[in-house]
Amino acid sequence: MKEKQTAKVLSQREIAPQIYDMWIETSLAAQAKPGQFICVYPKDRSTLLPRPISICEVRDREALRIVYRVAGQGTKEFSAYEEGETIDILGTLGNGFPTEWAQGKKVFLMGGGIGVPPILELAKTLAGKANDIQIIVGYRDSATFLRDDFEKYGTVYIATEDGSVGTKGNVMDAITANSLEADVIYACGPMPMLRAIKKYAERVQIPAYISLEEHMACGVGACLGCVVKTKELDHHSHVYNARICTDGPVFEAKEVEI
Amino acid sequence: MNMQTTIAGVTFQNPVMTASGTFGSGMEYAEFVDLNRLGAVVTKGVANVPWTGNPTPRVAEVYGGMLNAIGLQNPGIDVFMERDIPFLKQYDTKVIVNVCGKTVEDYVEVVERLGDEPAVAMLEINVSCPNVKEGAIAFGQRADALFGITEEIKKHAKQPVIMKLSPNVTDITEMAKAAEAAGADALSLINTITGMKIDIHRRKFAIANKTGGMSGPAIKPIAVRMVYQTAQAVQIPIIGMGGIATAEDAIEFLLAGASAVSIGAMNFVNPYTTIEVIDGIEAYLKQYGIENVTDLIGAVEA
Ligand SMILES: Cc1cc2nc3c(=O)[nH]c(=O)nc-3n(C[C@H](O)[C@H](O)[C@H](O)COP(=O)(O)OP(=O)(O)OC[C@H]3O[C@@H](n4cnc5c(N)ncnc54)[C@H](O)[C@@H]3O)c2cc1C
Ligand SMILES: Cc1cc2nc3c(=O)[nH]c(=O)nc-3n(C[C@H](O)[C@H](O)[C@H](O)COP(=O)(O)O)c2cc1C
Ligand code: FES
Repeated sequence: MKEKQTAKVLSQREIAPQIYDMWIETSLAAQAKPGQFICVYPKDRSTLLPRPISICEVRDREALRIVYRVAGQGTKEFSAYEEGETIDILGTLGNGFPTEWAQGKKVFLMGGGIGVPPILELAKTLAGKANDIQIIVGYRDSATFLRDDFEKYGTVYIATEDGSVGTKGNVMDAITANSLEADVIYACGPMPMLRAIKKYAERVQIPAYISLEEHMACGVGACLGCVVKTKELDHHSHVYNARICTDGPVFEAKEVEI
Repeated sequence: MNMQTTIAGVTFQNPVMTASGTFGSGMEYAEFVDLNRLGAVVTKGVANVPWTGNPTPRVAEVYGGMLNAIGLQNPGIDVFMERDIPFLKQYDTKVIVNVCGKTVEDYVEVVERLGDEPAVAMLEINVSCPNVKEGAIAFGQRADALFGITEEIKKHAKQPVIMKLSPNVTDITEMAKAAEAAGADALSLINTITGMKIDIHRRKFAIANKTGGMSGPAIKPIAVRMVYQTAQAVQIPIIGMGGIATAEDAIEFLLAGASAVSIGAMNFVNPYTTIEVIDGIEAYLKQYGIENVTDLIGAVEA
């Protein structure tokens, strides 16, 4: 059941320059799945629209973790929240990653930049289910946030744009450099990375589940603001436009035109 | 205390409706709101055939509001009749179907299809769509075009017709009078105000369509003014909207002359807005010992 709540901030700290890590106490944690997101509402009434933020981790069915970059006014406001303060959230939203396809398989869990956070809860969920968890994460520089968390759930491969840690380049370069292979891919990151993954998955003929981003107004499928072009007729408007907030954010790469 | 309001012979249990395009056909918000409590659900615009809509980004935030250029994506009347009408029939609320088109014939086709559907209480005609036969100027931006389309729709409509006015005109009363003269049963206003936002860092338009319709609390004073002016100019009832976030906002519209109100963009910010506005209007009536909500209509004093 989706719900808008005023929840409590349990903790917040800056884990890399301009990257914040916040735990929120909320009953929404009980229904949260990896790849789903919440909408966070600024309290400043000049900034009305919700900010979609991925669920990074779930704890004991009572707390959610979000990790986000300060990108503009809304996230700047959130970054100032302290322990005990309230935060307005709507959730849980979206479909999440289809984890059933990972059972007994060799998987790539790929995250790039601020697309890295949702990969953590996914890794946690797949640990013990997938056969071989290869976590390939890309960063700008040596601020490799969440790396220690990832180490607990799989083999971690790092790519950095400046070459300061791991492979110099992006996550695709890390696959090549380490001669990695998989049966299925799960990914979240910037569009160029997702396009490269879509191409790669088509070439090696494996399924890839990618999480997409778009500007949102309602977050619940009503405004039709957040669409992506699809190969098949979408079930809502029947015009080859799926809603990222409700039909996604995770799509099989071959289903969407990106 | 009586919350009922009547528009063109249709009685609504309270004056609070959803604004077209911000509430789908109610499905997405039924998880948050008991639709049985609403005065009416006004659906997303529906055309004779499916419309793909505009490229993304389709929405952007602006100070105290938002811009949208969805481009009226909709599944067309066939799917709407098969899926959305049966869904809405389950609820004890009035259904107003918002209609869009690119030609007068498009509108008429939809209006005729809806004519035999008793679950549809009223039709709301969105004349902010570009008229493809007339250089893509919106039907609602020229009094003669508005008169023409209203007259034609009235010939075919079985339900009372609400003409939804565009605020992107020099004189809203001229449009209101044209619609009334052509036989409109009611008016609703305002639709979104055309705006633009530029991302200075990327040097790009925030909306792929370049322009988008502005809505949200920032437009409310303009909307209240237009409702007031229109109420002074015509006899037919008005459904007021534009930036309503609270019961206080809604009451302003009633006092300005609206017989009912619609909640639009604020559904996105707080999905419980409609219910909070209904409860808040009731509390206001109690506080001031007012018997009927209709006593508020146009009751602003000079
Ligand atoms: C499904 C989904 C999951 C996301 N998960 C995360 C995450 O885990 N961590 C993280 O740091 N970021 C995430 N983002 C991006 C995040 O939503 C934006 O960075 C954020 O909305 C920026 O808000 P702002 O007020 O700081 O920026 P501003 O630029 O001031 O925002 C203005 C408006 O644009 C919207 N907007 C700006 N950038 C984006 C964007 N990239 N995507 C969608 N809307 C945007 C805002 O929501 C707001 O309505 C996610 C986006 C989506 C769609
Ligand atoms: C995302 C969005 C979609 C809309 N779609 C329609 C539509 O299909 N038909 C229509 O007549 N008006 C449409 N509108 C206009 C609203 O119904 C309303 O007139 C306007 O937004 C002002 O009210 P508000 O400030 O409360 O949102 C839309 C508005 C928004 C924000
Ligand atoms: S954000 Fe409104 S439909 Fe997705």
